Amino acid sequence: MTIEPHGSDNDLPEHKPRRADVDPKAAKRAERQVGFMFLASGLASAAFIVAYVVTPVDKDIPLPGFGTTNASNLLLGITMGLALFLIGAAAIHWAKKLMPDVEIVQERAPEASDAEHRDELLEEYQRGIDESSVKRRPFILGSMVAALGLAGLPAIVLLRDLGPLPGNVLTETMWEPGMHILIAETNQKIRPEDMEVGTLISAVPEGIDEVMEEEGNLNALAKAAVMLIRMDPTEIVADQTPEGEEPWTYQGILCFSKICTHVGCPLGLYEQLTHHMLCPCHQSTFDLADAGNVIFGPAARSLPQLAITVDEDGYLIAREGFAEPVGPSFWERG
Amino acid sequence: MTFLLARRRSPWATALLLLLALVAVGGIYAVASSSTQAEATTPSASTTLIEEGRELFLEGCSSCHGRNAGGAYQPDGTVAGPSLIGVGAASVDFQVSTGRMPLAAPGAQAKAKEPIFNEDETAALAAYIGSLAPGPAIPAPDQYDTAGISPEELALGGELFRANCASCHSASGKGGALTDGKYAPSLAETTPRNIYQAMLIGPQNMPNFPDTTLRPEDKRAIIGYIEAIRESPNSGGIDQGRLGPVTEGITLWVLGLGALISVAIWIGVKAK
Repeated sequence: MTIEPHGSDNDLPEHKPRRADVDPKAAKRAERQVGFMFLASGLASAAFIVAYVVTPVDKDIPLPGFGTTNASNLLLGITMGLALFLIGAAAIHWAKKLMPDVEIVQERAPEASDAEHRDELLEEYQRGIDESSVKRRPFILGSMVAALGLAGLPAIVLLRDLGPLPGNVLTETMWEPGMHILIAETNQKIRPEDMEVGTLISAVPEGIDEVMEEEGNLNALAKAAVMLIRMDPTEIVADQTPEGEEPWTYQGILCFSKICTHVGCPLGLYEQLTHHMLCPCHQSTFDLADAGNVIFGPAARSLPQLAITVDEDGYLIAREGFAEPVGPSFWERG
Repeated sequence: MTFLLARRRSPWATALLLLLALVAVGGIYAVASSSTQAEATTPSASTTLIEEGRELFLEGCSSCHGRNAGGAYQPDGTVAGPSLIGVGAASVDFQVSTGRMPLAAPGAQAKAKEPIFNEDETAALAAYIGSLAPGPAIPAPDQYDTAGISPEELALGGELFRANCASCHSASGKGGALTDGKYAPSLAETTPRNIYQAMLIGPQNMPNFPDTTLRPEDKRAIIGYIEAIRESPNSGGIDQGRLGPVTEGITLWVLGLGALISVAIWIGVKAK
């Protein structure tokens, strides 16, 4: 390392001494400031211990403009934050005001080893090859390479356990023709006359509790959750019924997937006068009166609609499963 | 201190001051604009009450809703006030007792404010509109009184709240933004009766949840849950209105990042 004080042959600007370098009073003041910050840090540490002992853990206090907060957490955070910050601030202040501030140039050390060491290494390597006699005994070399290669195979076989392949779990939900539509959580069947114009209700397929129990997770709900919405039929511009098919909408009641086609958040932010369904995560907006089309936001696909009708007792049922995968797009979906 | 004094004329200082002023104004507005709502009693519709309500209606409501409550149009053809035939007493009680009606000024949506009509007048108005055509009646106190609610009912209320309400009113019931200046109001101050009515009638852009979809016992469970989350302790840090990522994000990006940048600049500046 070479240290070149300013004035030698380089491009650094002219060195200006700081006030503390030329004025002993300023230096003394800087010294006091640094010392004061260190002492204040110590006081904050002591205050942390006091706050820890004194403040009850379940006391909430108002913080104007920010709401309420837990008093203990606030005081512990402030005191510990100050204690650590003041140590850092004092160190920086010390370095900036009092430590030497001459500009220096430090040359990089060469990275390569010198020739002597390199030759020595090559010699050792060659001696290893000679002494192990692999060149004269090719059988050992061949069998060793084979053993090393085979040793990697068990690891590859273990990768099998990362599977099985997803199969149809991404494309299929548990909706099947004739399945009753139940109100989510209370599991009641619904009749069309139970819904007024402007009614929205989260719903699930019949038997979902058993399926989730069996599978031991919530995947079935994460795919099959739907919403029932009733509108004045004259306000429905279009739905997703393919041409020539019986309508998927029943007396102004539409059934849409509750899973956003962007990244799969559960939808439900519904403006009943505009028929806009927003996703609370990223504000994707679907026009439910116009075939669930995306009118705003990051979602790229319309909200899938479920074809519904009523059974002989007048309860709402699915007429078919979903015609397309619900939820976010995925690689194989195309 | 010398650092601050030396930089009080820098463009950064103006920006920082502006930022602080904005944060302060926003904070004060948020505190000042929190609404209050009043109590009202359940009306018992008698002929005199209906007549009294009709007179109040003609005085206070008919300029927008029409003399016979059938709705009215402005000269340019836009709706001044929708028809109230068949909206039911529950709707009137909700709109008037929360101060949403009479409307202070046209806008994206009616705001809750100090009610204009007192309890008796509200009851009379509700009785009059309720007498015009069948509609949802004002719920009885035992339907929304959550005294003695069981933990199981609270749990069900939580499930129903998250499935049907939390998308708009947020998981903490603190409300949230909709489109074009509309918003889902906070449920922090709403009375149990008004919550029940709102579910029943679906005011403005809120969808409705009639007793045939969310049964009265389900509604009571939801009200119980909303009351329970109001009282839940605040064990974390500053709650910032419990609005979640929006306020927390703004605080972190503006104040947190601002503080880090300030310190980084201070470290990098040469001492004088």
